[in-house]
Amino acid sequence: MGVKQSFFLALKSLATSKVRALLTMLGIIIGVAAVIIIISLGDGMQKLMSDSFEELGANLIQVSVQSSGSSREVSMDDMYDLVEKNPKYLSAVSPYITVSSASARTPGDTFTPYSVVGVSEAYDEIRALTVEQGRFLQYVDVLRSQKVCVVGSYISKEYYNGSALGKTLGLSGYNYTIVGVLSESAESRKGSADDLVIIPYTNAQQLNSALGSSGSPSSTMMSGGILTGVGMDTYMFSGTSKDTASTSRGVIENFLDKVYGDDQKYMVITSAEMLDMMNTMMDTMMVVLVAIAGISLLVGGIGIMNIMLVSVSERTREIGIRKSLGAKRRDIRGQFIIEAGTTSAIGGVIGIVLGIALAKVAGTLIDGLMNSGSTQFTAVVSIQSVALAFGVSVGVGILFGYLPANKAAKLNPIDALRYE
Amino acid sequence: MGHLIEFQQVYKIYQMGDTQVHALDGVNFAIDKGEFVAIVGQSGSGKSTAMNIIGCLDVPTSGRYFLGGVDVSTMDDDQQAVIRNKMLGFIFQQYNLIPKLNVLENVELPLLYGGVPQRERRERALSALDRVGLADKYKNRPNQLSGGQQQRVSIARALAGNPSVILADEPTGALDSHTSREVLSFLKKLNREGDTVVLITHDNSIAVRARRIIRLQDGQIIYDGDASDPQAVVQPRMDDDEDDDLCGEVGD
Ligand SMILES: Nc1ncnc2c1ncn2[C@@H]1O[C@H](COP(=O)(O)OP(=O)(O)OP(=O)(O)O)[C@@H](O)[C@H]1O
Ligand SMILES: [Mg+2]
Repeated sequence: MGVKQSFFLALKSLATSKVRALLTMLGIIIGVAAVIIIISLGDGMQKLMSDSFEELGANLIQVSVQSSGSSREVSMDDMYDLVEKNPKYLSAVSPYITVSSASARTPGDTFTPYSVVGVSEAYDEIRALTVEQGRFLQYVDVLRSQKVCVVGSYISKEYYNGSALGKTLGLSGYNYTIVGVLSESAESRKGSADDLVIIPYTNAQQLNSALGSSGSPSSTMMSGGILTGVGMDTYMFSGTSKDTASTSRGVIENFLDKVYGDDQKYMVITSAEMLDMMNTMMDTMMVVLVAIAGISLLVGGIGIMNIMLVSVSERTREIGIRKSLGAKRRDIRGQFIIEAGTTSAIGGVIGIVLGIALAKVAGTLIDGLMNSGSTQFTAVVSIQSVALAFGVSVGVGILFGYLPANKAAKLNPIDALRYE
Repeated sequence: MGHLIEFQQVYKIYQMGDTQVHALDGVNFAIDKGEFVAIVGQSGSGKSTAMNIIGCLDVPTSGRYFLGGVDVSTMDDDQQAVIRNKMLGFIFQQYNLIPKLNVLENVELPLLYGGVPQRERRERALSALDRVGLADKYKNRPNQLSGGQQQRVSIARALAGNPSVILADEPTGALDSHTSREVLSFLKKLNREGDTVVLITHDNSIAVRARRIIRLQDGQIIYDGDASDPQAVVQPRMDDDEDDDLCGEVGD
């Protein structure tokens, strides 16, 4: 018997008992929807993470060393040396000094920027920042502690009507000339990566000592994905490529180990390795979750097997009639397997649609909850996950349909015909 | 060239607990191409058992059954399925149409399993329906037809595959006498056109319209000969209550 014919027959018999068909499919629907939701949210999470790391700079290497309470110290010059001696692994370095509780003043307004940081002229390259108007900091600015700054797009828009270039910005009583405006990276929201003032690090050092502290009250904190803390100096290196990230880390660690002789006093983190680690973690978690969802598919398969067994005994007479007309075992088997496969395939399609819808809703909710400025969370529905879910659902139907189908195929024609 | 159908010492024995039921008890007969044979006998005499073996729906416990010169009694399920498909057409007392298929799809079934391509299948099924006068009802469901019409559909289904033998087990059992006569006339017409027909009935008035009668009793043949012979309808043993109505029907 033709596959097409069996398929239409299967559709017909599903259509005649809709409630039963739906109940049969329920396990498959739930299982497939769960798989889709897990994979889409997991992929979304991975995309979010790689986006965040991309934003930090894919080759970024963050180094924190203990500065206070230690007999030994490293200086900025040591770090420059390190880059110069290892051109294969390191391409640039900048200190990263946060100026805490800095209030800023425009000609008509006073406000507190989300972050004020002191860096070197290499920082734009390290963080892959693009300057929309004007220029970035230059070597001379740093060398001479010139009162110049670069601002994020939010500050330009919010306080200078989008034309901040050349205007002045007051920081702790000093007037800074705005020499550059960064291009928008996070929808120019308050508290986002666009709510930012960048000054030469030499100035930041002065500002911090003037403010009487060298950091924020909290001991260690993540700010925009960057680790800073009290009594810690932070440096940002850029590695030459993602592939050599671990060697680059090794070079820096070797150096710091010689200085401190104690790996508790410094910390080196590469974006590439972090991302790798988190991806591996996510992958493992997803495998576990999908396996759990797989149990639902298994239950769904057993549901299909159960209903197919019922269907076989309900239709014993029909099987007898078909056999009396010349149906071979494989014709009967094929008919029931196609019926089981069709049932689970339809369940699979419903599950996929449901799963995508729920994943999108969950994605929006999670994005709302995270409320993170710079990056957005969305569920990522991939063709592969849909294909996988559909394939598995059809496979489950065929697998669990086989036993009942074989039972039907092996019926003795005369016993089947006599069956009441 | 041998016989179309030949039974050699066929036994069918059912084991019922401690007792054995000899549904067929050493049966020998042969049917040639073009014959019209009625198998008669009391209830439980083994008629359906014989028919099921002829129809390759069942196999004998012992003995040999040749169909078209080939021993089919030792064939496996799938080989028998091919024989059923190519050589045999069944007409059942209960019509045995598949309720969820329409008339045309029901008639197409043997062609479908015979691997006939869709177009030809449709044509042949429609022409079979035409022969039984139901071509205009091809889209109906079986339950939208009268009993007589359903039986005609099942006849069309039996004809569609161009079988060598038409096997009818009590085809008129569920029909009124007028419709029964119609069905019977139709079988006779088919026989005149060259088909071999084997008919089971316990209605003597129907049996006598066949050319040859085989009478079974307790799994054995007690008469095999011309239907016009008065011997053919005589009940040799009258110790069973059920025989009363059989005799009554002779006078119909
Ligand atoms: N599957 C079976 N198991 C056990 N005994 C059976 C089976 N099928 C038939 N028999 C027995 O075999 C004998 C012949 O049965 P069969 O159906 O051939 O009778 P029949 O002549 O067709 O009767 P009827 O006119 O009532 O249809 C009966 O005694 C019956 O009980
Ligand atoms: Mg019978």
